[in-house]
Amino acid sequence: MNESFAPNRDPKSVGCVVPQIMHFDAPLALKSGATVESYDLVFETYGTLNAEKSNAVLVCHALNAAHHVAGYYADDPNNIGWWDNMIGPGKPLDTNLFFVIGVNNLGGCFGSTGPGSINPKTGKPYGASFPVVTVEDWVAAQARLADHLGIQRFAAVMGGSLGAMQALQWSVTFPDRIANAIVVAAAPKLSAQNIAFNEVARRAITTDPDFHGGDFYEHGVIPKRGLRLARMIGHITYLSDDAMMEKFGRSLRTGNIGYHFDVDFEVESYLRYQGDKFAEYFDANTYLLITRALDYFDPAENCGGNLTQAMAKAHANFLVVSFTSDWRFSPGRSREIVKALLDNNLNVSYAEIDAPHGHDAFLLDDPRYMGLVEAYFKRVVAEVSA
Amino acid sequence: MMGRPDFDAIAQWIRPNTRVLDLGCGNGDLLQYLTDKRAAKGYGVEINDENLLASVRRSINVIQMDLESGLSVFESNSFDYVVLSQTLQAVQNTELVVKEMLRVGKEGIVTFPNFGYWQHRLDIMRGRMPVSEDLPYQWYDTPNIHLCTLKDFETFCARLGVKVLERMVLTRGRVIQSRANFFGAMAVYRLQAS
Repeated sequence: MNESFAPNRDPKSVGCVVPQIMHFDAPLALKSGATVESYDLVFETYGTLNAEKSNAVLVCHALNAAHHVAGYYADDPNNIGWWDNMIGPGKPLDTNLFFVIGVNNLGGCFGSTGPGSINPKTGKPYGASFPVVTVEDWVAAQARLADHLGIQRFAAVMGGSLGAMQALQWSVTFPDRIANAIVVAAAPKLSAQNIAFNEVARRAITTDPDFHGGDFYEHGVIPKRGLRLARMIGHITYLSDDAMMEKFGRSLRTGNIGYHFDVDFEVESYLRYQGDKFAEYFDANTYLLITRALDYFDPAENCGGNLTQAMAKAHANFLVVSFTSDWRFSPGRSREIVKALLDNNLNVSYAEIDAPHGHDAFLLDDPRYMGLVEAYFKRVVAEVSA
Repeated sequence: MMGRPDFDAIAQWIRPNTRVLDLGCGNGDLLQYLTDKRAAKGYGVEINDENLLASVRRSINVIQMDLESGLSVFESNSFDYVVLSQTLQAVQNTELVVKEMLRVGKEGIVTFPNFGYWQHRLDIMRGRMPVSEDLPYQWYDTPNIHLCTLKDFETFCARLGVKVLERMVLTRGRVIQSRANFFGAMAVYRLQAS
């Protein structure tokens, strides 16, 4: 019982939070040419928006997270926000100073309109008919939310992985509406290998007999087998070889080799557990959409692949952070971003954190990483109050 | 603010409102100095985590990378000046670093302690490794692995085809005019690829 009240003991927690929903009636034209007629976005805010509305920070989520970025829920105190170690009073992104917004992106499965939502035109879930959304579409939807909250310009837009790609996109789509971009564990676009992993995950889902071409809702089933496999393959890419070896080694579940194909090794057990857990709460169509948004992300696509040219529109200040053991988006990918920013004479600092955990390091508590983000936000505070 | 006598010498050579890259920028002291005195647009390269943090704290642009492996994130001729201040003697791949600095910068500015300074020579004559204001380390804890004299450095430049545009030699902040390789404790060079 004590355990479940753990969040209350963190004096730097934003505390109990309540998500809000905003409804949008104006149609949103998507990059694909499709249109979403109306939609909801679910979001959370922490801290207080100042009178000038100049201290807002947008935190963008990656593949499997959402608007619940910090704090916990009254009825579910163990459900702690995914970046709670980063955000709170006295934390690197200090909610005593900033007004922080987390939003579940369009196409999501945590309350914003997505494939599992009811299509008002048909009275049935969108399912396969939900249009493919892109990072640009998400940023456009986030900007509308900012409009409704009266925020003209963000003090910072911040994210890790796919979240960082949104921060990058903000800097070119709305250069006048973002003062700082904090881009952690990112890539300027996916490599063939990155897309290949996504494709394996998607095939696992779409070939699950329970998928029904995306319209599984009306069949009363969930393609859990596919989701489990998708999560398992994804999870492997989030960890480094060393981190996995450190965590599991070749440890056996029972201490003996079983000469069967069921779980023998601890790492198998771990992956199955992660897969099972994920399949309970994540929507299969949303997984397809988000991995596709990753695949399609390429701010330089209209500049013949020239990222320097693509970033010419930006005038935000940047903090770019990578992790040495991240092989999903290696430091070299972040250096591509840094180079494009340098080429455009933009203010940029770049840290390559020597952390062993792989891609997931962006969610963990490395003191160098935390200290750096904290130091950077101290600068942002100075700008906001200047 | 002033901690190192070579800062003034470097600042004198830097035209206002130019773009400066400081290799091994430490805690950002020099870049801060050049930003304040010369309105330079500055960037630093630094490998040490604490120095990186210190630079970020004071709003200095700093890129964490190992300059020993080249400066691939920087375009050729993209900086007016690339500075290597009190770093040359601690670098492993000296030739690569100097070539890279003159690729990225239209000009390079290098400062280093002169091993030929008379006090250093005297120490050697007495049978000891030199320890001085500009070479404050003991032989066993020094980061300096490539110490040289002014003559050595100029020979090195000639071999690489590097043009010496200007030289200033200092001892305790005073400019040394004659017999610089003997009386000079610290050298500041302005260089260009030829």
